[in-house]
Amino acid sequence: MTTSSGVVVVGASAAGLAAAEGLRRSGYDGPVTLVGDEPHPPYDRPPLSKQLLAGEWPPERLSLRSARDYTDLDLRLRLGVPAASLRTSAHLLHLADGSRLPYDTLVVATGVRARMPDGSAAGAGTHVLRTLEDALALREELSGHPRLVIVGGGFVGVEAAAVARALDCEVTLVTGGDAPLTDVLGETVAQVLAEVHREHGVRLVTGSRAVEVLRERGRTVGVRLATGRVVPADAVLAGVGARPNTEWLAGSGVPVGDGVDCDVCLYAGDDVWAAGDVASWPDAVSGERLRVEHRTNATEQGQAVARNILAGRASATAFRTVPYFWSDQYGLRIQVYGRTRGADAVHVVDGSTRQRRFTAVYVRDGHVVGALGIGMFRPLRALRELVAAHAPWPAAHAEAAVLDRRG
Amino acid sequence: MHITVNEEKCCGAGQCVLLAPDVFDQRDEDGIVVLLTPRVPAGQEAAVHEAVAVCPAAAIEVRA
Ligand SMILES: Cc1cc2nc3c(=O)[nH]c(=O)nc-3n(C[C@H](O)[C@H](O)[C@H](O)COP(=O)(O)OP(=O)(O)OC[C@H]3O[C@@H](n4cnc5c(N)ncnc54)[C@H](O)[C@@H]3O)c2cc1C
Ligand code: SF4
Repeated sequence: MTTSSGVVVVGASAAGLAAAEGLRRSGYDGPVTLVGDEPHPPYDRPPLSKQLLAGEWPPERLSLRSARDYTDLDLRLRLGVPAASLRTSAHLLHLADGSRLPYDTLVVATGVRARMPDGSAAGAGTHVLRTLEDALALREELSGHPRLVIVGGGFVGVEAAAVARALDCEVTLVTGGDAPLTDVLGETVAQVLAEVHREHGVRLVTGSRAVEVLRERGRTVGVRLATGRVVPADAVLAGVGARPNTEWLAGSGVPVGDGVDCDVCLYAGDDVWAAGDVASWPDAVSGERLRVEHRTNATEQGQAVARNILAGRASATAFRTVPYFWSDQYGLRIQVYGRTRGADAVHVVDGSTRQRRFTAVYVRDGHVVGALGIGMFRPLRALRELVAAHAPWPAAHAEAAVLDRRG
Repeated sequence: MHITVNEEKCCGAGQCVLLAPDVFDQRDEDGIVVLLTPRVPAGQEAAVHEAVAVCPAAAIEVRA
């Protein structure tokens, strides 16, 4: 590919960077432009709810590459300007500042943004946690030791709860499930973690939906639950999930459903590819549409897209992965391979849930679809093989025990 | 080629170990990277460079 417009990557974060860097590593020497609406060069998000929020790391530590790296990679960075619209027929990207970027190939890596509960707005003590600015604002808020109410029982919320307790804030977490993380990790594991949160002084309000963030004289004062009950608060963190950033693709012809609908190779048609949190693709084995919001997936997909762009449509290969993510809470590290959501059974394989040191497999329709470990990394890595092989369960149980010992 | 790893940045994803098991390992309890050798073994150059690129935490560095 030696045409002049080159590759334009929209979204300057983990996935976009991996795509741009992947092109260079594979020897592509045409122009590569990285467009991002945030003012910063790509930075790492997972520490936002962990080390950065806790004040352990300064923001500079989150940078994914140095200024020198960008020069060496010969990337054109267009930061602080959002992509506004796309005309695939003309191969033109319109930016919000009125400028236009022609491209031969476009990569969509615009990720997701934090959702707000219906009818609520951020500001005045109500927070979300997705960007560096969000994290710094929340950190500043926590330094005043507010009564913090976290709405939603997802990973970002529970990690923030752990940090806020360490910073000596009063923390209440409101979740619709029986425990935070129940829908992702299943009842058994979610209860183990809920107990850890209670021990650390987090008040869990379960089986409740927050319907409104209350304000008085421009300040957040509480959260109203569906039951009518009001939980008083000086600060609120909304952790109710995220929404793909695809509005700018409206009218472009790029297929958008829950994210950008790609094929198995992450191709979306018309010389457009997608990677990371924004991309949805059919699983090469099951055909089921997946879209995952995991850090390693963003890197893997960015690299896969780079390889496929250079290989060309006809030789592009299907994206295959064993998804991985981790979460840190109170010094516990939870690590997960595969897909735990939607499993119909969870079996503890090794260790003990009481000691909070164990591995477990997640089984769906008689096959291993996921594996989780807390404080037992090596045995967990062995279970990854069962997830990758979609191994039948319980037939694979004996094998799991062997892998465990070998692991 | 000389390899260094930054344990504090490592998120324990284990991508490096899958690619170059002779060079990288992980701690038993939390999966943090352990460097088995700072020198790239012959024939492993490509695998190590691949590990640098896939490491989600940018925790691995290779210098000439
Ligand atoms: C607080 C927090 C903690 C997390 N912790 C973990 C963890 O422990 N483990 C884990 O596996 N994952 C974790 N994640 C998820 C992980 O960070 C994401 O999966 C990863 O950042 C996805 O990368 P991405 O490049 O696809 O998207 P993003 O990182 O969302 O980047 C997309 C970029 O595109 C920009 N953009 C959006 N629209 C436009 C536009 N129109 N024009 C230009 N630019 C645009 C966005 O501003 C953003 O900079 C966490 C996420 C958060 C927020
Ligand atoms: S790939 Fe990177 S983050 Fe993962 S274990 Fe290796 S060094 Fe750590």
